[in-house]
Amino acid sequence: MTSMVGAAVIRKEDPNLLTGRGTYVDNLRLPGMLHMAFVRSAEAHARIRGIEVGAAAALPRVHGVFTARDLPELPPIPTVVPGLERPSLARDRVRFVGEPVAVVVAEDRYVAADAVARVTVDYEPLPPVPDLETALAEGAPLLFPEHGSNVYAEIPPAGDAEAALAAAPRRARLRLVNQRCAPAPMEPFGVVADWGPKTLTVWASCQSAHFVRGQLSKLLAVPYGGIRVIAPDVGGGFGAKQSWYPEYVVAAVLSRRLGRPIKATETRSENLVAMTHGRAQVQEVEVGFDDSGRILALRVMVTQDAGAYPGDAVGLPMLTMIMSAGCYRIPTVVTGCRAVGTTTTPVGAYRGAGRPEAAYLIERVIDLVSDETGVDPIEVRRRNFLPADAFPHTTHLGFVYDSGDYGKALRRLLEMIDYEGLRREQAARREDPTRPLMGIGFSTFVEMGGVGPSAMMEGLGMLGGWESARARVNPDGTVTLAVGTSPHGQGHETAFAQIAADALSLPLDRIEVVHGDTEVVQEGIGTFGSRSIAVGGEAVRRASLRAREKATRVAAHLLEAAPEDVELEDGRFFVRGSPDRGIGWEEVANKAYRPTQLGDLEPGIEVAAFYEPGLTTCPSGAHCCVVGVDRETGRVTIERYVGVDDCGTVINPLTARGQVMGGVAQGIAQALYEEVSYGESGQPLTSTLAEYLVPSAAEMPRFELEHVETPTPANSLGAKGLGESGATAAPQAVVNAVIDALSHLGVRELQMPLTPERVWRAIQAAANGGVA
Amino acid sequence: MIPAPFEYARPRTVEEAVSLLVHHGEGAKLLAGGHSLLPLMKLRVAAPSLLVDIGRLVDLRYVRDAGDHVAVGALVRHHDLETSPLLEREAPLLRYAAGFVGDPQVRHRGTIGGSLAHADPAADLPGVVVALEATMVVYGPRGERLIPARDFFRSTFESALAPDEVLVEVRVPKVGGRRWAFQKFNRRSIDWAIVGVAAVEADGGASVALVNMGPIPLRALETEAALRRGASQAEAAALADRGTEPSSDLNASAEYRRHLARVLVRRALEQVRR
Repeated sequence: MTSMVGAAVIRKEDPNLLTGRGTYVDNLRLPGMLHMAFVRSAEAHARIRGIEVGAAAALPRVHGVFTARDLPELPPIPTVVPGLERPSLARDRVRFVGEPVAVVVAEDRYVAADAVARVTVDYEPLPPVPDLETALAEGAPLLFPEHGSNVYAEIPPAGDAEAALAAAPRRARLRLVNQRCAPAPMEPFGVVADWGPKTLTVWASCQSAHFVRGQLSKLLAVPYGGIRVIAPDVGGGFGAKQSWYPEYVVAAVLSRRLGRPIKATETRSENLVAMTHGRAQVQEVEVGFDDSGRILALRVMVTQDAGAYPGDAVGLPMLTMIMSAGCYRIPTVVTGCRAVGTTTTPVGAYRGAGRPEAAYLIERVIDLVSDETGVDPIEVRRRNFLPADAFPHTTHLGFVYDSGDYGKALRRLLEMIDYEGLRREQAARREDPTRPLMGIGFSTFVEMGGVGPSAMMEGLGMLGGWESARARVNPDGTVTLAVGTSPHGQGHETAFAQIAADALSLPLDRIEVVHGDTEVVQEGIGTFGSRSIAVGGEAVRRASLRAREKATRVAAHLLEAAPEDVELEDGRFFVRGSPDRGIGWEEVANKAYRPTQLGDLEPGIEVAAFYEPGLTTCPSGAHCCVVGVDRETGRVTIERYVGVDDCGTVINPLTARGQVMGGVAQGIAQALYEEVSYGESGQPLTSTLAEYLVPSAAEMPRFELEHVETPTPANSLGAKGLGESGATAAPQAVVNAVIDALSHLGVRELQMPLTPERVWRAIQAAANGGVA
Repeated sequence: MIPAPFEYARPRTVEEAVSLLVHHGEGAKLLAGGHSLLPLMKLRVAAPSLLVDIGRLVDLRYVRDAGDHVAVGALVRHHDLETSPLLEREAPLLRYAAGFVGDPQVRHRGTIGGSLAHADPAADLPGVVVALEATMVVYGPRGERLIPARDFFRSTFESALAPDEVLVEVRVPKVGGRRWAFQKFNRRSIDWAIVGVAAVEADGGASVALVNMGPIPLRALETEAALRRGASQAEAAALADRGTEPSSDLNASAEYRRHLARVLVRRALEQVRR
C-alpha cells in the first residue's frame, strides 16, 4: 500500500460542512433552553454607581436580570498577575467598552436583546486609557490603582547590548508598531450550559474541551466527573477561542440557578469588542551592523498592549523576545518586554501569538540593513542565516531551534520568482511614469510549532505540553481514534486518519477520528501553537502502532505463529515467508473480541498513547511578495505572492496548502487592511465588519506555494506544524515590498496597515523632501 | 445585531403600500431588498415600527424601452441591471456601475429603488443617476410626480420622497452613443466608495458626478465648466473637488478624498474624451 502520509486526500470533514449539516453551538436546541445576553459597558473606564434593571425584568418572557451582586457565587476570571483578576461581571468598575456588567435571561435572544436595551447603568466616568502612550505617561490614570502602575508585568533586558552596538561600524533604529487585530472567526464565540442534578454539560465553541473542563472544575469546585464539555463543529478560533470568557461560568451559574439550559451566542458586533484581540505591540529596535550587511548586535524592547486585564497577553511578548533573532546568527541579542494595561478589549493569542511580531521585527531590520548598506536584501539574508549545520541551535534566551535549512527554501523561492527579471521590471517601471511602481519584498521567517514540551506549557498555566490519542479497533475491523486535540477548521479527521492508515495498513475510510468531547476522549491538551500534527499526530501514530501490535498478537495466535514472525501488509496479516497463509484485518478484529478463540490473550484492542515532545519545532520558510503601488493614489496591489514553506514532513499537501493560504491571507489582511481602532475616549471605532476590514477572496492574489522538507527530529513523523506559518510570513513580505517600491524616494518605514492614504502620504512626504 | 421589535406588512399593490404608509405615519418604512435598511435595524440605528415589504411587487420589476428613455422599475435588482442588454445598449454606465454595488449576494437582493431612496452619499447608483440626469417617478396619495435626480437627494440618508411616497420608476435618458466612465475607489471590493466618479460625455464636455464627496452626490460643476471653456482634462480635473465637502473617516481624510476626486476625475475624463 502506498503511504497515505503525503497524499493529497480531500477532507473527510467537508461533505458535512459544505452541505450545511455541521453542528455548531448555536445550532443546539435543548428542551427548555433559555437565552442569555450581556449588558455591556458603553464606557471605556468608569465607576458603576448603579444598575437599573426593573424595566428589563418587567418585559414579558424575561426570566431574570442579574448583576454581579445578584450572583455572589460567580467566580472571577483568573489572570496571570495575582490580585488583578477580572470579574466575570463587572462589580464597581468597568475597564473597557464591551465588558459585561449585567446579564439578561429570556425565552429567546430577541427578547433578551430588547431587555438588554432597557437596562440603564449609571456610570461615573474615569479618564480613559485608550493607548500605550496614555498608559505609560507620567501621572497616567490607573486601571488598578492598588497596583500602582499600568505596567502589569515586565522582563527587563538581560544584559546590555550598548557595547556591542557601539562597537558595530554602523547602527540604526526602528520603532515598529504591530497593530491590534481582531481574530474575527467566521463563528463567533458561544456556549450552552446545562447544569442538571448530576452533571454540568457545556457545549462551547472552543479550541480545547479539556482545558474548558479543567477550568470549570477549578473555578466552580466541581470534580471532573461532574462536568462534561463538548466542542462540536467549531468555525475558526485563530487562538482567541483558547482564551477564557465570562460566558463559561455565567451560563453555568445561571443554568444551576434557573434549572434550565442556557445559551449564549455573541453577535458579530459583540465579537469585535468581547473576543480577545491580537498583536498590539510596539517594538523599539536597534541594530548594529557592518558595511557588508552582517548584523552584529540587536536590542529589542517590546511593549505589549495587554488591554484591560493581564491575561494571555502577558506571555505574548516573551514569545516575541525568544524569536527576535529569526533565522539569523547574531552575536549579541538583548531583549526585554513589558505588558501594559489600557482601557481596551483584552489581548490574547492570535494566529502566531508573539512569533509573527518577532518575524516582522527581524525581517524589517534585515531590509533596513539592506537599504542602509546597499547590499541586496537576499544577500543580507544569506550572509546572516544560521547555516544548515548549526542545529540544534540555542538562542540568546536558551530556546532551542530543532532543525532547519533556511538557504534551501530561499533557493527554491528564487527559482520560482526569476529575481533578476523582477528587478529589471522594477527598474523599467520606475522610469515609466505611466505605470505603477513595483516592489519586491522578502520574508525568510522561522517560528514555533508543535508547541510543548510540558515545562514550557506549565509556565503558561496549562496542564502540560503533551498530547493524547486512543485507538480502538472495532469488531468490524474499523478503527476509532479519539484524540486530545480539538480542531476548529484544520482538518484533523483527515490528517490523523492518514497517519493512522499508514501505521495500521488500513484504508482511510476504515478510520474515524473523534474529538472534542471530554466524556468520549481521554484527557487532552488542545489545538493551538501549531501543535496538532507535530504533537497530536505523533500520539496518533504511537497509539496506532500499539493497536497494531496487539492485533499482530491476535493474528499470531490465530495463525499459530510467533508474533515476531507475523507481518501486516495491505490490511492482511501473514506469517513471514508464507504470504498465502494469512488473515484479514476484519477477521483479526472480530476474533479479538471472542475470548473463546483467543487463548490466553486479553480480549479487545484499545490502547492509548500520551506523547510528550522533547522539543518545540521550528517551521520556517521563504516568501516573496511583489506589489504594484499606484503613484497617484497610494493603492497597493499584490501582483504575485510566492511562498516556500518548510514544515518538515507534509502530511496532506491539500490541507497544508489551505493552511498556508489562510495564514497568508490573514497576514496580507494585517499588512494592508485590518486594524482595531479606538477613539480618544476609548470608544471602539471598528465594531462592525463595515469598519473592521476583513478582506475577502476578491482581495487575494493567486498564491504560488511550494514546500521543501527538513524533517524535525522532535517526532517520528518529521512534521513541524504549519497552522501559523502563513500569518507569520506574510505581513513583512508585503510591507517590505511596498517599502522596496518606494525606497528610491527615501521611504524607510511605513506603519501597518498600509492604507492607500498612508502610502500616498509617504510618497507626498518623500516628494517634498522629508520622510513620512 | 438584533433589531428592535417591529410590525410587518406585505402589500400586494403600490396603492396598498401607500395607504399603509399614510395610515401608519412616520414609523413605517418601506422594505425592498433589505440590504441597506436591515443592517441599520440590526445595529438599532433604525427602529421602524412597521416594515412595509414591497419586495414582491413584481409589477415594479422591469427594464423597458420607453422611446427617448429607458424605464427602470424600482424593484429591479442590481444583478438585473448588470445583465440587461437594453441598458448595455442605451445606458451602459448604469449597467456597468451596478456591477460594483456590494457583492454578488447584495446585487441579487438589493434594488435600484432601494439604493436611491436610501440616499447614502457613499452609494454608487445615486452618483450614476445624477451623472445620467435621470428622472425619478414617485407615487403617493397625491398621485404621481417626477423629480429630476439632481433634486432627489437632499442630505445624508434623506431624499425628496415624502414619508408616504414610493419611488416606482427611474427614467434613464438614452445615451448609448456617448462615451462614459465609472471610477470607484475603495479598499475592499465589497465596500462603499471612498470616492467615486460617474461621467458621461455631453455636448461640449462631460457630465461628471462625484460619489461620497459630500452629503449628496455632487456634480463637479467647475470641472464641467472648465471643459466647456476648452480646458484640458488635467486642468479641468484639478478643479474637481471645488465646492465639495467630503468627510473624514477611518478610510480616508477629507484632504485625501479631495486628492482622490481630482485623480479619479482626470482618469474618468481620459476615458470619456480621448
